[in-house]
Amino acid sequence: MWQKSNIVSYRHFRTARRGLLVGGLQLGFCGLLAWRMHHLQVEKAESFRLVADENRINLRLIPNQRGEIYDRNGIKLAGNEASYSITMVAEDAGDIDLILERLSKLINLSPEDIERSKAELEQSAKFLPVTIVDRLERDAIEKIAFNAPMLPGVNPEIAFSRTYPLGEIFAHVVGYVGPVSSRDLELRKDPDPLLRIPRFQIGKVGVERELETTLRGKAGTKRVEVNALGRVMREIERKEGSKGANLKLTLDTNLQAYVRARLGNESASVIVMDCNSGEILAICSSPAYDPNKFVRGISFDDYNTLRDDNRRPLASKTVQDAYPPGSTFKMVTILAALEAGIINHREKIRCNGHVEVSNRKFHCWKRDGHGNVDLVKSLRESCDVYYYELAQQVGIEKIAEVARILGLGKSFNIEMSAVTAGIVPDKLWKLNARSREWVVGDTVNSSIGQGYVLSSPLQLAVMIARIATGNEILPRLIKSINGVEADKAPSKLNLNTNNLNLIRKALFEVTNDKRGTAYHSRVLDKKSQIIGKSGTSQVRNISAIERTLGVLENKDLPWEQRDHALFVNYAPYHDPKIAVSVVVEHGGSGSTVAAPIARDITLQAIYRGTPPITAYPVEDRATIYNQQRDLNKLMPKTTKSSKVQA
Amino acid sequence: MSYLEYRVKTIPTGWRKVLFMNWGLIALIIGAAFSGFAMLISVAGGNIEPWASAQMQRFSIGLLAMFVIAMTPIWIWRNVSVPIYMLALILLLLVEFLGSTGMGAQRWINLGFINLQPSEVAKVALVMLMAAYYDWLPADKVSKPLWVLVPIAFISLPVLLVLQQPDLGTSILLLLSGVTVMFLAGVHWIYFGTVIAFASGFVLALFKSRGTEWQLLQDYQFSRIDTFLNPDSDPLGAGYHISQSKIALGSGGWTGRGFMEGTQSRLNFLPEKHTDFIFTTIAEELGFIGTISILAIYVGIVIFCLHSALRHTERFSALLTLGLTTTFFLFFAVNMSMVMGLAPVVGVPLPLISYGGSAMLVLMGTFGLIQSAHVHRPRGNV
Repeated sequence: MWQKSNIVSYRHFRTARRGLLVGGLQLGFCGLLAWRMHHLQVEKAESFRLVADENRINLRLIPNQRGEIYDRNGIKLAGNEASYSITMVAEDAGDIDLILERLSKLINLSPEDIERSKAELEQSAKFLPVTIVDRLERDAIEKIAFNAPMLPGVNPEIAFSRTYPLGEIFAHVVGYVGPVSSRDLELRKDPDPLLRIPRFQIGKVGVERELETTLRGKAGTKRVEVNALGRVMREIERKEGSKGANLKLTLDTNLQAYVRARLGNESASVIVMDCNSGEILAICSSPAYDPNKFVRGISFDDYNTLRDDNRRPLASKTVQDAYPPGSTFKMVTILAALEAGIINHREKIRCNGHVEVSNRKFHCWKRDGHGNVDLVKSLRESCDVYYYELAQQVGIEKIAEVARILGLGKSFNIEMSAVTAGIVPDKLWKLNARSREWVVGDTVNSSIGQGYVLSSPLQLAVMIARIATGNEILPRLIKSINGVEADKAPSKLNLNTNNLNLIRKALFEVTNDKRGTAYHSRVLDKKSQIIGKSGTSQVRNISAIERTLGVLENKDLPWEQRDHALFVNYAPYHDPKIAVSVVVEHGGSGSTVAAPIARDITLQAIYRGTPPITAYPVEDRATIYNQQRDLNKLMPKTTKSSKVQA
Repeated sequence: MSYLEYRVKTIPTGWRKVLFMNWGLIALIIGAAFSGFAMLISVAGGNIEPWASAQMQRFSIGLLAMFVIAMTPIWIWRNVSVPIYMLALILLLLVEFLGSTGMGAQRWINLGFINLQPSEVAKVALVMLMAAYYDWLPADKVSKPLWVLVPIAFISLPVLLVLQQPDLGTSILLLLSGVTVMFLAGVHWIYFGTVIAFASGFVLALFKSRGTEWQLLQDYQFSRIDTFLNPDSDPLGAGYHISQSKIALGSGGWTGRGFMEGTQSRLNFLPEKHTDFIFTTIAEELGFIGTISILAIYVGIVIFCLHSALRHTERFSALLTLGLTTTFFLFFAVNMSMVMGLAPVVGVPLPLISYGGSAMLVLMGTFGLIQSAHVHRPRGNV
């Protein structure tokens, strides 16, 4: 025993008193804890729950299928093809090197693929799949599936990639898709979160680009719960996206393919249009490129070849390039004169081969002149002097007005990239664009579609369609979106029908009168007679010295300096159906180079296939027969088999 | 009061002692422990392994130990206080040299069947020694400076050793429970007033010194204080524990997300979810109702112990019960304050609920001592 203790009541009292104090403090602190709990858990519960959800819930996007593009007959122009890829999850694979080595024995794995995969596997989280190789063939996937037990962590996956079954035939119209660039994101004000998905592709050119949002549709979303490391634990909610809208274009694959084959390697553009509805049946720029190469990621070499080609395969010449319309512009000038009431069709003007305006000599293409020229003859034989004289009386303002009525000088709202407005010059335009006063010489130049006048092949097609129908035809490329068609009847043009009839009659003689410039491109069949106008636009100045020595023939000039060959036409004469414009860059003479192309294409469009040989003049039949046989070989055989109901 | 002075008639003997145990207290302890099992199952994703089953075994052993200790007369415990205190000091010294390192601090000694945490033992041993000291010390000497220095030495030894590990949380608990016993024993107010005044002055000086030439703490130490005061300033770094724990607590609301539905703990946003931070899991899954219930159980335990202590006429029993109750109170008060952002993050488990062997066994031993004092209290007519 340490010590005899004695019970002293005051000691007990003091212990009890201090014990009560300590106990009271403890219980008081418990009260504080309870208050704090209430504060955190009840009063601030809302805000904390939000934070907790933000912590754990992650919104993931499910890419949806892009809308498909069909031609007017339901032939697929752009579709989605299942492509196989394999991915690898590091934590399931274990020994990455070993698995990659086994894989390389089964399928083709380039050293770069292996190198890149290893780097990616090391960088990303252990539980995230990393794509090892994509665009695999089906049998490669089967091999991997068969050897699955040997390849832990390796998973085959299906993705959809864009394909263009008809390759380069529709390259410039349909365009192509490609990975989203930082520029693409910058250009958009509030980019769809889909665009931020790695490897996501958007339309870069053509319809794919212009109708991007329609084709893209809406991405699905899934809300997943993730843990602190970002590993997905479970899916909470899934909202399926909607597939992008299917498009039906107004194009006709058979005709487009024919046009593409007919143009061959010429640097040319052709538009075939239904001249009543404005529906574009074929729009082809040549040469072209294979859009599939761009989807897969084109190599530098291939791209440089395309870029450096002086025939510019990447350019969509039909809508983005503007050419001097040359003699095809003469319809505008004469229509302006008729509308202004300055001339009637019987009045004649004398052509001596040239005319002098403010001390400058303006030449007619025919050195010796055409003699006395009236309206019909001026168009039929394409006399320049007639227009030089006429234009000075009409003035540029009236010419410009009529040009605009016929669809020149403004860009059309068509779903292709970089649609140009061309130029219809007038006094104000020159003051703004060139800071110079308009001079009479400019009017004279403009009257035959030279000088400042520029128009795209599409505008020329619209112009001839408007002349043929007298209606305000607008080009249309989209037949329907998801089966819904938006049709709009064209309104009448503000032009005198009698004047239009005069021009149509003159144009008829261009191709159907022995003296017409395009007589050799006539069609015998009355139901498909073509009515058109050729144009040959100079791309260089011809000096006075050259004129005295003799103007150089196109064939003697370097390609870049040769004239552009143009031809615009419609058919048939009564009840016009088809309007065509052909521009062959540096092709030479419009009547000899562009007109035969236009004739072949027009016939093909009217007969919806190969026209009977009897439609052609007797002297051409042998050549045409051979040509038809050669072109048939070039036509894609798959067009029928890939036909799917849109 | 010595053995001979007990009137044998008034003290229960033999198996009758069992009837005189504080059964209300035992019920509360079992209630707390079972809540703990449930939460350990929940944080293991509905599995009894790996935590709940081990915890159940330890609780069973603890419960048995509690009965054995309770059956042993309280005067025996008084008499072995000194050896137990010595043993605790030796263990603390041992851990210094051959302890295993966990969580960046040397805390455990591997005894083969259990990883013993000597600092836990020290908590009980210190309170026992202090109670025995003041039981022995005549009342008139309690506030004499020399006799105040002795218990300060008793407290300082284990506190310094634990601080060495380093385990700031436990050393503060040791210090507080020791000082509380001194206070309870009747040491004069002036001593406490002086110490509190100096301590406040020192803390003030500490903060005032920041950024001056005589700065008393390192910059990183200040930044830790900043993190405590404003954890949201660095939610992914130093403030991560506190931020995530407050989020878990707050997102529970009134009724919680439901048992085993807590997202913060399930998805590993919470650190130490089965040990020091288990309270946040309760809060998230069972809501305010769950946390207030746990707090109610603890308050109940404290009230039962206080009630028992205040009825002791025997000085050792009264001081021991009050001292151990304070230790228990400090356990849960510090833990809850920590997870609720009222105190800095220090490694203190939630008593009876957090996963951990030493703490559970020592706690059950503590309650054994309280029960022993309760059972062996002289009663009027038995």
